Amino acid sequence: MSNIGSYNDGMKDFNWDIAKDILDWKEGEILNIGAICSDRICSRGDGNKTALIWEGFGDKSARYTFDDLRVYSNGFADFLSKQGIQPGDRVCIFMDKIPSLYFSFLGILKLGAIAQPLFSAFGDESLEVRLASAGTRAIITTRKHARKVRKIKDRLPDLEKIIVVEGNPEKLKEGEIFFDVEKSPRVEKFDVYHSTPETPSVLHYTSGTTGQPKGALHVHNSIWGQALTTSWVLDLQDDDIYWCTADPGWVTGTSYGIIGPWALGATQCVLDSGFTSSRWYKFIQDNRITVWYSAPTAIRALMKDGNELVSSFDLLSLRHLASVGEPLNAEAVIWSGEVFRGLKFHDTFWQTETGAMMITNFPGMEIRPGSMGKPFPGIKAAVLDLDTHEPLDESGKVGLIAFRPGWPSMFRQYWKQLDTYRSKFVGAAENAMPDELRTNPDLWYVSGDRASIDKDGYYWFVGRDDDVINTGGHLVGPFEIESALVEHEAIAEAAAVGKPDKVNMEVVKAFVTLKPGYEPSDELELDIMNFIRKRLSPLAMPQEIEYRDKLPKTRSGKIVRRYLRAIEWGEEVGDMSSFSDE
Amino acid sequence: MDEMKKTVLEYIADEYLDEDDEDEVSYDSPLISSGIVDSFSMVSLKRFLETKYSIKLSDEEATPEAFDTVNSICTLVNKHLG
Repeated sequence: MSNIGSYNDGMKDFNWDIAKDILDWKEGEILNIGAICSDRICSRGDGNKTALIWEGFGDKSARYTFDDLRVYSNGFADFLSKQGIQPGDRVCIFMDKIPSLYFSFLGILKLGAIAQPLFSAFGDESLEVRLASAGTRAIITTRKHARKVRKIKDRLPDLEKIIVVEGNPEKLKEGEIFFDVEKSPRVEKFDVYHSTPETPSVLHYTSGTTGQPKGALHVHNSIWGQALTTSWVLDLQDDDIYWCTADPGWVTGTSYGIIGPWALGATQCVLDSGFTSSRWYKFIQDNRITVWYSAPTAIRALMKDGNELVSSFDLLSLRHLASVGEPLNAEAVIWSGEVFRGLKFHDTFWQTETGAMMITNFPGMEIRPGSMGKPFPGIKAAVLDLDTHEPLDESGKVGLIAFRPGWPSMFRQYWKQLDTYRSKFVGAAENAMPDELRTNPDLWYVSGDRASIDKDGYYWFVGRDDDVINTGGHLVGPFEIESALVEHEAIAEAAAVGKPDKVNMEVVKAFVTLKPGYEPSDELELDIMNFIRKRLSPLAMPQEIEYRDKLPKTRSGKIVRRYLRAIEWGEEVGDMSSFSDE
Repeated sequence: MDEMKKTVLEYIADEYLDEDDEDEVSYDSPLISSGIVDSFSMVSLKRFLETKYSIKLSDEEATPEAFDTVNSICTLVNKHLG
């Protein structure tokens, strides 16, 4: 029997307080994600239960109990407090998926500070933009990644503390502080910050079509949405061994790689090594993983490596599979059913801004391969007409996926970008403030994705409603790439769009014009690719560069990405009357 | 073959590692499974090999396993050079 029972059971008399009942949380108890995920599990008598099974590259491995989580997160909270970090300060976590990432995340929250996890593959420019935007006061990193911080720290006046948790302490530079929580004295007691439901907790950066990335701010109240969806959609039970493959630099890695599972006291696994299919299957086999939450890109890469490889491992422990990041194609759902003894990946749809799952396939519900599933109980979803923004009644008609505001894990603002936050709500008053927007049941929060709904209420993803590129389940903003491209000495103008890709759904393609004196060549293309990879990230690196004499522009001089994108996707180019003749 | 190995190793050290990196990379060091080169960055490594040796590697050949060490990369490139 699954936790939700059935979808109809879940819908009956739904209210979000069910999450509190599941955790047996009573009013008056401390509402702090850091404490709920560690101290509270120990208080209920599960301190010796395994919380984290970690494997790194080579033969490195470690296991930690919930009591270890409690003590090591206390250790980080105590250390940061002694460094002068205050509640509300932004503390960036910038490292690979090592155990200290998980301990520091909970420690930052216990202190009342705001955790700002960033993907460790970000280059120095991507890092700088996000730290500058957030006014980040401290960064916790490893020696391997500290060198990127060194390049930019002089331009970040708010960044006072650079804390290095791994590597050779003798190789640290002036001003850097070494802290190894596992070798430091155990901190048995820490006075956890008494956060309110609206106390900020996590700041995740996400990309948009225009401008630099935006910081989606979440609060401690998000835990109810994350815990309940973990219970009902991922179906985590006491004896499960769970693996979320996401990196906590992205929202899936925190909502479902830390908060949801540990709020429930579940044992979870983390694999910190490069992707190969055989390594992943071995990890599942060795750790007897039962519930697996992964991404379409990885699933398609596994498919590519064939069925024979799957059958060479003992994967009988698996009992429930789910997926997130971009739409899961029907072929991948069908394939998983064939190779994993009838277990099909359950697609889930949500975003950085929503903080938790919104539209999903539930355990026990008929899966229609290629569909996103149905709205989570308590989520009022619709597809809005593209022009009028009125909810569509007609099945199969494509519109904008939208939600009525008010679910617990909803983001509370874009960091210092009120106008951008307001622009996400249809029907918002000109001067409405974030608290009014997020609680007004008459508004629609518009996700930026398009879908249709079939006659039985299943949602079917169609695509983005903007120019944001979804590559391997990660959103990449074209503006950020274009801004970096024109910093290359050879490039005069640039446009970045997504082009179709069998594994990653989309990859970045750049169209560029060159400055006088530069000629197109394979060597130049490679140089531009590496330039972006190092400055921004491997995700943002164009996998193809097309040289052009000129780029399509409107009469006002704006580059028309949609035209270039349409060509890549073999779509109708649309009305070109507003294009410049030049 | 030795010259090719040296060239590929130098390229990887220049592009994917920093000067003060503690990692010592040899011809047998894992690149993909160690995370030194991620799956997205494999595309630029593939492009380098294609440009440098005037070959075309198919997606089916350019797997994480084939790109996991300098030795395996050079074996793949040599197949194309005949």
